[in-house]
Amino acid sequence: MLTRRVIPCLDVDNGRVVKGVSFVDIRDAGDPAELAAFYNAEGADELVFLDITASSDARNTMIDVVEKVSSEVFIPLTVGGGIRSVDNMRQMLEAGADKVAVNSAAVANPQLIEDCAKEFGAQCVVLAMDVKRVDDPIIANFDKYGEVPAEALFQIVTHGGRRPTALDAVKWAKLATEAGAGELLVTSMDADGQKTGYDNELLSVISDAVTVPVIASGGAGELGHFYDALTEGKSDAVLAASLFHFGELRVSEVKSHLAERGIPTREV
Amino acid sequence: MPENSKKPRIVVLNTRAANVHSVEKALRKVGAVPIVTSDPSELASADAAVLPGVGASDAVMTALNSLEMSAPVKEFAASGKPLLCVCVGLQVLFDSSEEGELPGLGLVDGNVQLIPSGMTDELGAAMKVPHMGWNEVTFAGAEADRNPMFKGIPQGSHFYFVHSYRCVPDEQAEIAATANYGVEICAAVARGNVVGTQFHPEKSGDVGLQIYKNFLDLASAQAK
Repeated sequence: MLTRRVIPCLDVDNGRVVKGVSFVDIRDAGDPAELAAFYNAEGADELVFLDITASSDARNTMIDVVEKVSSEVFIPLTVGGGIRSVDNMRQMLEAGADKVAVNSAAVANPQLIEDCAKEFGAQCVVLAMDVKRVDDPIIANFDKYGEVPAEALFQIVTHGGRRPTALDAVKWAKLATEAGAGELLVTSMDADGQKTGYDNELLSVISDAVTVPVIASGGAGELGHFYDALTEGKSDAVLAASLFHFGELRVSEVKSHLAERGIPTREV
Repeated sequence: MPENSKKPRIVVLNTRAANVHSVEKALRKVGAVPIVTSDPSELASADAAVLPGVGASDAVMTALNSLEMSAPVKEFAASGKPLLCVCVGLQVLFDSSEEGELPGLGLVDGNVQLIPSGMTDELGAAMKVPHMGWNEVTFAGAEADRNPMFKGIPQGSHFYFVHSYRCVPDEQAEIAATANYGVEICAAVARGNVVGTQFHPEKSGDVGLQIYKNFLDLASAQAK
């Protein structure tokens, strides 16, 4: 049976993993390859590296990071952050990424998804969506995407949550998968960092709306939250960043917990 | 490695599929020195070859045809030397695929069909297509009888899959391994020296690297 995936996410700034806890056996907590190997040994099913480098001059350092990690760790590797073109995606894939996540640039130009999927196949293209709950249907400029449905509950935000858009999240999920996104990485900006659990309502409406796998992101704080996202939230995979990075929970603990509660997981 | 032994010439056929680099890295990790090339003439002197592939089967067949690789790959398969085909590289060994218009290489009898959607799994969850993630693989028969490419891998190990179409060989005996995704997924095909995996051994952690080690051993035996 297909297992549910547990995915640690690492933020990379200028080629270095943003400071986390110093795990035993890790000499350099900022070394992406060393952390990747650590998570791999812990049973991570996949890794996501998010480039948060502010300066575009330093983007090429991310290519070196991907090159190095993919030469040492042989599990699927997704890279995101600042991907704006087919060429950006090609560079990452050639460096050894298996999937590349697009976010803000795809909202600005949905054609990017189609172009990348045509060039590399849908399995390479992950749409990262940052989502906020809205109280009222958004009234704004809908030229590009048509009207937001009256029942809209969830809105896409971009640029790390700083910029709201007039885009309904469910509609965007459908449009993006029709254009060729092979997987969705859905982050609730409301839940992110709160440690009160994933937004399972958001996850399940997105999951019901599309036929591609959904990765839950934002809000994990305890073991049960992962279970809830995979059952109530109908997600196919669960992602967490700081929880793992600061050693509050181990990937291995999450996997044992899920296995105990009857969720199929991969034993390492 | 003894001093007088020769490093095997392992050719990774570059069909411009996105996983060529991952295959190359996995081979390097187990100690091989692969040659990644789009030049089919390299096959003539190869001890072993890998045919990777991701994406659409027509894209891989178009690349094989336009690079004039199809006939050399068939000849190589007939030579008895190890040929490992991965994912869409496996699918193009068949006669035809529902995914594309172009005929396959016809090295394995059977066809390639879309995985049915709309099924639910044991947890009541919708089973998505593509079949993406780690699934449990059951190897056919006793370990002693397995194709040497799959030696030393625990029964029921998990491998990483990403595909929407599944191979359906005519000969049950050529199915070397299966996985369950509502329907039976042919996880590996073995026909003597020609072995294909639907999963990605280069993305399946230690058990995946074991397949590349086995492949390197077989290639080294050819090089002697």
